[in-house]
Amino acid sequence: MKLGLGLFRGLFASAALLAGFPWYASDLLRAIPTPQKSDLSQQQSQSVRAFAAMATVLTSPRCLNCHIPGDAPLHGDEGKPHKELNIKRGPDGRGTPAMRCANCHQSENSTALHAPPGAPNWQLPPPSMRMAWQGLSTGDLCRTLKDPAKNGNMTLAQLYRHLDEHPLVLWAWNPGPGRSIPPLSHEQFMVKVKEWMDNGAACAE
Amino acid sequence: MPETKVLVNGEQRTTDLDPRTPLLWVLRDTWNLTGTKFGCGVGQCGACTVILDGDAVRSCLTPLARAAGKQVTTIEGLSRDRSHPVQRAWLVEQVPQCGYCQSGQIMAATVLLSKIPQPTDEDINDAMTANLCRCGTYHRIRRAIHRAAELSAAEARKA
Repeated sequence: MKLGLGLFRGLFASAALLAGFPWYASDLLRAIPTPQKSDLSQQQSQSVRAFAAMATVLTSPRCLNCHIPGDAPLHGDEGKPHKELNIKRGPDGRGTPAMRCANCHQSENSTALHAPPGAPNWQLPPPSMRMAWQGLSTGDLCRTLKDPAKNGNMTLAQLYRHLDEHPLVLWAWNPGPGRSIPPLSHEQFMVKVKEWMDNGAACAE
Repeated sequence: MPETKVLVNGEQRTTDLDPRTPLLWVLRDTWNLTGTKFGCGVGQCGACTVILDGDAVRSCLTPLARAAGKQVTTIEGLSRDRSHPVQRAWLVEQVPQCGYCQSGQIMAATVLLSKIPQPTDEDINDAMTANLCRCGTYHRIRRAIHRAAELSAAEARKA
């Protein structure tokens, strides 16, 4: 049993280090000894609370405008459909063949007032995996976010990296004039993401 | 400023303008390609549409740096003698009224037909809705795109 656990820990640590997540590996390894039932429920509660804080960011217009079930992205703080220009998700999430998102959205925000915002690879999730969050309860949003079948085939470690580094995610805190930013700073958000994951990535009922 | 090279209408062009300069102003003011028009300046009207490596980009928003080392086609480069199927279809259908938006319309239609050679009305709506025409020539634009598709198909059959 000891040998088996040691082997598992060794393999896991190697895989995590190769994936570039030493902090996450060490935190998970610390979590391997089976917690007592009361500890577990306390951890779960802490995780659920951390996700509730995360959800304030995930449901802000900067995230929600593109994580939509339909085909027309939303824009602005009011979440207006981008229908005035007949903008659609398209077969790859980057617009229709002759009307690509990047026809207007550059790799950075435009300096012109009222011009479109920009970040590298501006796009919606592809139609094959819409990653739609609109209208979900906090619990359902949590389950959607950690389900690889709904989150873009990401493990929790990959999801952490996505939220920490992806240019489209980071753009939410630099959206250009006239657009609100999420209620937590990116640093505060990532603290909550780590807390959620370290405590079991639990979801509210 | 560093030199930026762009292949414009098959010709190598260079400029030492700030790489953040909108491509529209480089085309019009530096290279004297004034067929591309300024409309709104914020990507809402499509009058400034040019083709950048196959896509119909808004040149008023596109920084020069994005075009570095790439191919740009403007209305002047579509054909030397107005023989491009889209230009011929535009003439046959007598599309323009005032004409100001038409170079952008033609460039957007050209990209549409390069991606979807026989577009449906819905394909045309998807590709062209963001190219505005204050004269309201939309019905003629639609007819001309279908006609250009026929002309291109006929040319392909001959070849």
